[in-house]
Amino acid sequence: MKKLDAVIAESPVFAGLTQEQLEFIVGCAQNVHFEEGQKIAKAGDQADVFYLIRMGEVALDLDVPNKKSVRIDTVEAGQALGWSWLIPPYEWKYDVTATELVRAIAFDGACLRGKCDADPVLGYALLSRFSQVLVGRLQATRFRLLDIYGTDTH
Amino acid sequence: MAQTLTETAGSLEAMTPVPYAVTAKRQDTYDTWTLELEPVDGAPIVPGPGQFNMLYAFGVGEVPISNAGNFATDDRLVHTIRAVGAVTKALCAVEIGTVVGVRGPFGNTWPIEEAKGKDVVIVAGGIGLPPLRPAIYHVLKNRKDYGRFVLLYGARTPSDMLFLDEVKSWQRDYDVDLDLTVDAGDSDWKGKVGLVTKLIPPAQFDADDARGFIVGPEIMMKFVAQELINRDLPAESIYVSMERTMRCGVGLCGHCQIGPTLVCRDGAVYTWDEVESLVAVKEL
Repeated sequence: MKKLDAVIAESPVFAGLTQEQLEFIVGCAQNVHFEEGQKIAKAGDQADVFYLIRMGEVALDLDVPNKKSVRIDTVEAGQALGWSWLIPPYEWKYDVTATELVRAIAFDGACLRGKCDADPVLGYALLSRFSQVLVGRLQATRFRLLDIYGTDTH
Repeated sequence: MAQTLTETAGSLEAMTPVPYAVTAKRQDTYDTWTLELEPVDGAPIVPGPGQFNMLYAFGVGEVPISNAGNFATDDRLVHTIRAVGAVTKALCAVEIGTVVGVRGPFGNTWPIEEAKGKDVVIVAGGIGLPPLRPAIYHVLKNRKDYGRFVLLYGARTPSDMLFLDEVKSWQRDYDVDLDLTVDAGDSDWKGKVGLVTKLIPPAQFDADDARGFIVGPEIMMKFVAQELINRDLPAESIYVSMERTMRCGVGLCGHCQIGPTLVCRDGAVYTWDEVESLVAVKEL
C-alpha cells in the first residue's frame, strides 16, 4: 500500500499544492477504516474531520420524518467525503454510513481550519479545491432534478 | 447479415407493415413491457444490432422501437417498450396472439465487428439498455474476440432498472466489469446512488484501444461522452444512438432530421464527433 503522503499528493483534491502545504496536510492525516454498516457521521454532528476514500463506498442518507431514510448519494474510492468542516456552521448535513469495508484517510479539519485562518494562501488553495467538490455535487444534484430518464410521448 | 430497408426508400416493401403475432409478453417494470414477435407467415425479419423497426398498433399508430433481441440464437423479434403515449400504451396492452404490423429493419448498426480486439465500454441510461442488448449479446457470444467489457448502467430508481437479473448474470458468467447506479435509492438498494457519469472515472479500459457505445436520453449521452473524452477516449471512438421522431423509416418524410442528417437513414448510430455539434443546437 502506498504511503500516506503519496496518496494525498496524488489525490485530485490536493493536486497542485506546494510541498510545504502538502507536508502540513499530511501531518493532519491518518489512516482509518470502517466496517460495513458502521456510522461514520451523523447529521448535525460537529464536522471536524473529512475523508479521502481509498477503498470501498459510503452512503449519504437523509432522515425524512414519517418515512424511511432516503439515500441521497454515495461516495466511492478516490473521492473526498465531507466539506462541512470548511464552511460554518461546521456540521454534517447527512448521515454517513459505510456500505462495505472502507479504508480512508481522515483529516483533522479543525486543525486545518486554524491553519487556513493563519495562512490565507493555504486557505484559498483548500477553499478553491473544496469548492470544486461542492460544485460537482451541486451540478450532479441539478442534473438529477432534470429527471433525465423521463419519457417521450409516442 | 442484417437486412435494411432504408436503401429501398419509396418501395412498397419498405412502407408496408408485415403482420407479426405476439408470442410472448413480459412486464419488466411498472411501465415497461417486452414483446416477442413472430411473423404470421413468410420469412422473419433479421435485424442487426442497433437497428430499429416501426411497430404498428393497428388503428392507433406506428412508433420506432429498437430491436432488443438476441439475433445470434433467435429469429424472434424482441422489443422492449415503455408505455408513455397512445401507441406505446396500445402496444404494451396487447395480448398474446394479437397481430401487430412491423416494418423494418431500418438504420445502421453498432460497429461490433470493427470493435473486435478492443475494449468495449457500454453506457446505458434508463430505457437505453434494450437497444444495446443485441450488441451486448454479440460481444458475450464472442467474448474472446474482445478485450475488457465494461457495462455501466444508470436508472432513475432500482425499480426502473431493466433486466437486472440478466445483467448480473452477464457479470457472473462472462467476465463483464459491471457497475450500476440509480438517481434515487430505496431502503433495499445496496449499490451506488448518483449520476451514471460517476461510473466512468473508475472504469478500467484502455482508451487508446477501446470503443464506447452509449444509449440514453440525449443530455445523458452528452455528459457521458464528455466523461469518456476526459478519460482520453477519442470522440470518433464513441458511438451514440440518436432518437428522433422517425416516421417513414426510409429518409423520405424528414421527421427525424437533425441538421444535415436523417436519423432513420444515416443513423441511428453515429460517432460522437458526427453529432456533438448538432446536439448543442437547441432548435434541433
